Amino acid sequence: MAILINKKTRVLVSGMTGKEGTFHSRKMLDMGTNIVCGVTPGKGGTTHLGKPIYNSVKDALVKHELDACGIFVPSKFTMAAANEAVDGGINLIIVIAEGISPHDSLKFISKAKKNNVILIGPNTPGLLTPGESKIGVLATEYVQKGNIGVISRSGTLTVEICYYLVKEGLGQSTIVGLGGDPVVGSTFKEMYKLFEKDKETRGVVVVGEIGGTMEEELAEYILQSQNKIPTVAFIAGQNAPPGKRMGHAGAIIEGGMGSADSKIEALKKAGVSIAKVPWETGKLMKDIL
Amino acid sequence: MKLYEFEGKKILKEHSIPVPRGGVYEEYSIDRESYLSNIPVVLKAQVLTGGRGKAGGIKLVDTEDEVRSSFEHILKLKIKGLQVKKILIEEKLDVKHELYLGYSILRSEAKIVFMISKEGGMDIEDLARTNPEAIIKFPINIIDGFDKDTIGDLVGKLGFANEITLQITNIAEILYGIFTDYECDVAEINPLVITDDDKLIAADARISIYDEAIYKHPEYQKEEDTYTTLETKARRINLGYVEMDGNIGVTGNGAGLNMATLDIITYFGGKPANFLEVSGRTYHKAKEAIEIILSNPNVKIIFGNFFGCISRCDVIAEGLAAAIKDGILNVPLVIAMRGTGSEEGLKTLKNAGVEELYEDDIDAGKRVIEILKKL
Repeated sequence: MAILINKKTRVLVSGMTGKEGTFHSRKMLDMGTNIVCGVTPGKGGTTHLGKPIYNSVKDALVKHELDACGIFVPSKFTMAAANEAVDGGINLIIVIAEGISPHDSLKFISKAKKNNVILIGPNTPGLLTPGESKIGVLATEYVQKGNIGVISRSGTLTVEICYYLVKEGLGQSTIVGLGGDPVVGSTFKEMYKLFEKDKETRGVVVVGEIGGTMEEELAEYILQSQNKIPTVAFIAGQNAPPGKRMGHAGAIIEGGMGSADSKIEALKKAGVSIAKVPWETGKLMKDIL
Repeated sequence: MKLYEFEGKKILKEHSIPVPRGGVYEEYSIDRESYLSNIPVVLKAQVLTGGRGKAGGIKLVDTEDEVRSSFEHILKLKIKGLQVKKILIEEKLDVKHELYLGYSILRSEAKIVFMISKEGGMDIEDLARTNPEAIIKFPINIIDGFDKDTIGDLVGKLGFANEITLQITNIAEILYGIFTDYECDVAEINPLVITDDDKLIAADARISIYDEAIYKHPEYQKEEDTYTTLETKARRINLGYVEMDGNIGVTGNGAGLNMATLDIITYFGGKPANFLEVSGRTYHKAKEAIEIILSNPNVKIIFGNFFGCISRCDVIAEGLAAAIKDGILNVPLVIAMRGTGSEEGLKTLKNAGVEELYEDDIDAGKRVIEILKKL
């Protein structure tokens, strides 16, 4: 089961022949991801890593049925690539690049939403269903197949959390990186709902951070949810100074909004167990399962 | 990137939104007849933070002597740690009513949000807390754009005469254009003043452009006023550094893991001196990271917390070893290293003479505090 991607998911890699695209496509193929083809304008008709390359998503869709598109092109080409994937009719799009202007993100995310496309990112490490499929850049060596869903706004910290889950014998059903930007295509709430419906997922770990109100909105949803599942949260940046961007463009406390305290309070009220430090996530989850 | 009030007003004026007459000055000089002739005038400290009024940075003055003394007084102020360097001097307005008008991003829906309130003048965040019903909000999908009929209806709910409603709606439309053209995260007019003779004037302007888009507007780029000297130095070499007030220097790969490391230090009872991310394109810059951290004289110990993924630990370790070899490191160093390249990395550091080496941050974090206590 898992959510969003599994070993059957047919993947197109946009920007496959580039440096980043090549590096990560190889790693994705190594762990068994079903990459069907790639797109690089001007390189249609060639093959790369044993897969056919097309000039456009449209050309690729003439020859193949596709379920998901991972976009690995540099930030300035991302909007065009995302729009192309939506227009082509691909229902799941993962946008990896960092440094996209949030107004451009608003545009392609709005377009995706209007077309009922699930868009993950930008500035995301992507999706990983251990042992089955990955679209993105998450390290696969420190995760393990299992029953815990992980939703996070970070990259390396996500891997760190999985590492501590594995130490407690807890593998993951699917790991979702939402992205570290202020404007992202998918939220904690949306991904949490998918995990609630997934038969394989027995608990969810939420890795939030300062900035925005996505975690508070999740808490509001959990409060009234009918099919609650055990949930643990860690919020990074409990000691971050206000008004400063903490690495991620979206990680900033401003206008009295986005503090870790506000998120922790809301999640606690919703019955979520709060880890103060990363290693507590595994222990807490083990306790409540 | 936040813009100063006078910069925001310049943009408003260029787009035909009326602003008070006035000018911005760095020093007081008697030959500036222009603003003196407008007495009474308002003196406003130009700093990139709110709370200027409470800090004494805004003054209404009635005489020439007062202009000079207030000017000199405000120029000496530090507001929330920021030195006042410029003062905006403007005509005093005959205020009949003060409104709030603004746009920001509604992150959870990926939309732009239009906001208007009859209760202008106070901080919108305070108003949202004390009287949320007083704010009318409306989400706008950026690909649908500004719809004048819809917004006009919302403005109409404020109950002003038709002529005023129309003027407000026009200003709302222009401000929406500014918000999207300049790629802002905030564009606010607070207060938007209705004068005694029913004219609308933007008495304040708060505009902030997303960092990712600021390169399109180099005239508003001002690193020195936004960041500390050390933060600016780090940014020049692409290191994300934030200065804090503790004594434990921090570095690690990934923004999330760095923030978590600050939390770990606090969890064990310590106080972080900084945030410093080495990852992505900068994970080979560990030596430079150590230099930056040690430029802060409060740092007594350094905690490096690394989980090798794309940023490999062996590469990071080489940078750290180079800092030791060059004799830069003059405080104890505690390292947690796991993930890709960690075995080799730990070996490199051991050979470089680092004694405090751990895999997990739970062990290293505890150790940092123990060592600090003995120093």
